[in-house]
Amino acid sequence: MNPDDEFFLRIPLGDGANWLIEWLKANVSWLFDAFSWLMSLLIDGLTDTLLFLPALLMVLLFAVLALVFRSWRFGIATAVFFLFALAIDQWEPMMQTMAQVLVATFFAIIIAVPVGILAATNSTVSAFVRPVLDFMQTMPAFVYLIPAVTFFSIGVVPGIFSTIIFALPPGVRMTELGIRQVDSETVEAGESFGATPGQILRGIQLPLAVPTIMAGVNQVIMLSLSMAVIAGMVGADGSGKEVVQAINTLNLPQGVEAGVGVVLLAVYLDRLTAALGNPASYKGSLIAIAQKSMAQRATAGHT
Amino acid sequence: MPPVITAEGLYKVFGRRPARGVEALRQGRSRDELRADGLTAAVIDASFSVDPGEIFVVMGLSGSGKSTLIRMVNGLLPATDGELRIGDEVLSSMSPAKIREVRRRRISMVFQHFALLPHRTVGENAAYGLEVSGMNRSDREAKATEALEMVGLEGWGGYRPSALSGGMQQRVGLARALAAGTDIMLMDEAFSALDPLIRRDMQDQLIELQQRLEKTVLFITHDLNEAMRIGDRIAMMRDGRIVQVGTSDEILNEPANDYVARFIQDVDRSRVLSASSIMEQPQETLGAAQGPRTAHKLLRESQTPWLVVLKRDRTPAGVLWEDDVARAVRDGEEALPWSTEHGMPVVSHDTPIAELFTLSAQNLSPLIVTDGAGHFAGVIPRVTLLTAAGAALSEDDDAAPALTTSISPEGDAR
Repeated sequence: MNPDDEFFLRIPLGDGANWLIEWLKANVSWLFDAFSWLMSLLIDGLTDTLLFLPALLMVLLFAVLALVFRSWRFGIATAVFFLFALAIDQWEPMMQTMAQVLVATFFAIIIAVPVGILAATNSTVSAFVRPVLDFMQTMPAFVYLIPAVTFFSIGVVPGIFSTIIFALPPGVRMTELGIRQVDSETVEAGESFGATPGQILRGIQLPLAVPTIMAGVNQVIMLSLSMAVIAGMVGADGSGKEVVQAINTLNLPQGVEAGVGVVLLAVYLDRLTAALGNPASYKGSLIAIAQKSMAQRATAGHT
Repeated sequence: MPPVITAEGLYKVFGRRPARGVEALRQGRSRDELRADGLTAAVIDASFSVDPGEIFVVMGLSGSGKSTLIRMVNGLLPATDGELRIGDEVLSSMSPAKIREVRRRRISMVFQHFALLPHRTVGENAAYGLEVSGMNRSDREAKATEALEMVGLEGWGGYRPSALSGGMQQRVGLARALAAGTDIMLMDEAFSALDPLIRRDMQDQLIELQQRLEKTVLFITHDLNEAMRIGDRIAMMRDGRIVQVGTSDEILNEPANDYVARFIQDVDRSRVLSASSIMEQPQETLGAAQGPRTAHKLLRESQTPWLVVLKRDRTPAGVLWEDDVARAVRDGEEALPWSTEHGMPVVSHDTPIAELFTLSAQNLSPLIVTDGAGHFAGVIPRVTLLTAAGAALSEDDDAAPALTTSISPEGDAR
């Protein structure tokens, strides 16, 4: 179709969006400033914390976390891979990216879980939320960067902003799914003993939805990571920035090294959060072993 | 005593604007006609009342509306029309908060698939009702432990439900309902998911607990044998309507319609009918203070070779036989001449007929039936028992009468 055709109506959607962004910028800039201030504070703080200790000590710490929540095998693998990251000089960008991912994930989850709960308990909310989530998830991720830069200028904050928006949907979806999946007879049991809707939510629905919600959190983290790399385009520090620089200068060595850093970070966060969400299936974790020995001691004391 | 649960003209219709469905049903439209309208009539004009301490069974096949009915009793499903009362509180017009309060105080429920909370221990599950109503931890743990002991799960409180077998899990469900301390227990197909042997154990345990704790139990089942075994009274449901309410004897002996009659065809009557349903009143009984001469006179009048002797409080004292009495009168004795060879078999009024045969075969005397308090209620002569057995058998098997006639001459009663 030809846009110049006189019968063809051209809707200026883009101009509309532009107008909306300008209006928001003119009228609620205090909100953006507050967001900007908070995000810079959190990310700088977290990045400094991660980089404060010697890298070798941090590697050990990550390995211990891996051991505590998953297995000794994962602990050793973590130590080996992170030492490797250190050896290819990707430690600092990796920690910067990790700080961004953690902050973005945190905010995405504190928004996503309540919205998911609301959608699970109210079909009208659910019907409204679903298309919005579809929109958020399918809109090409780069597009979010444009208004984000308008609002926050370049740097880490627009990166975080678009990361939160991009990573939010699976958190909402999985929370809703997890709560709706809870066996209706179990919920009825709560009701039949006179539990209030709040008691049922806290005591039955949420605890039973935890594995599904954690699968959602895992997804959120993975999306945050992919977006945090894209955020390198607008000047956020970290592995993303390295990748963007490598693209701009067609620097293959730099690109490979930065890319491997992202992969290592992704694998670590994925395996760790998977174990957090489903502790029962990781019997080799330090937590499981401690619980088992405690239970054995308790039974021994009982008999 | 006033009934604990009273239902009057209860309707439950699912679909858009269900009230019009009730109106249509009242005007005589059928369930199928409503379905064409997009409405599902689950319960139609149900009225019944459950007395304190009674096990009331609602029996029906799947789709008969029994699960909907039990959920209306504790307000999980609000009635479309009609009135439901717990004691003298009208549940159908209460606010959600008030209904929750009634549930906490009076009604607990046991579920078909147990509905335990997998993330909590057995003890925490048993304490759930008390936790919800705000009891402090140490009190509710004490009560939960007590309830677990009652159902035979002592020492299991620290385990997760997943470590327990199906039967044990349902015991936890039962303990949860008992710990809540309510006077009403709703049981929704509570034993249907268990295998037959365990189901029988659970039925026995329920009856035993009910007798000890005097709970009012509303029990839903699709198994008529189960209904007959545990139910004081049974409501038969079909297509949303209650077609008959009565004791198991009443339903077996006078089925209200063909549906009920067809249903009870395959019930083993000898296990369901109890001694009280076939016992008869002897023409004469003798007071224990009387002498042999009176006994002799009564024996002559009643034309039986035996005579039941009752103490002053109407508990059975023994059975006199005509040979002994005749000898005592001839010898001029004053005391009653108790037989030296015949015993006195006594059975309780609720003993299933199937369990009477052995006793009857071992004793020439008629079986003496007593009521719950041990008072004399009637007698079952051997012939009567065999006739009843013949009638029960001939329901399924035409060869049975021959069996009856071939055995009866042996019993020389009457």
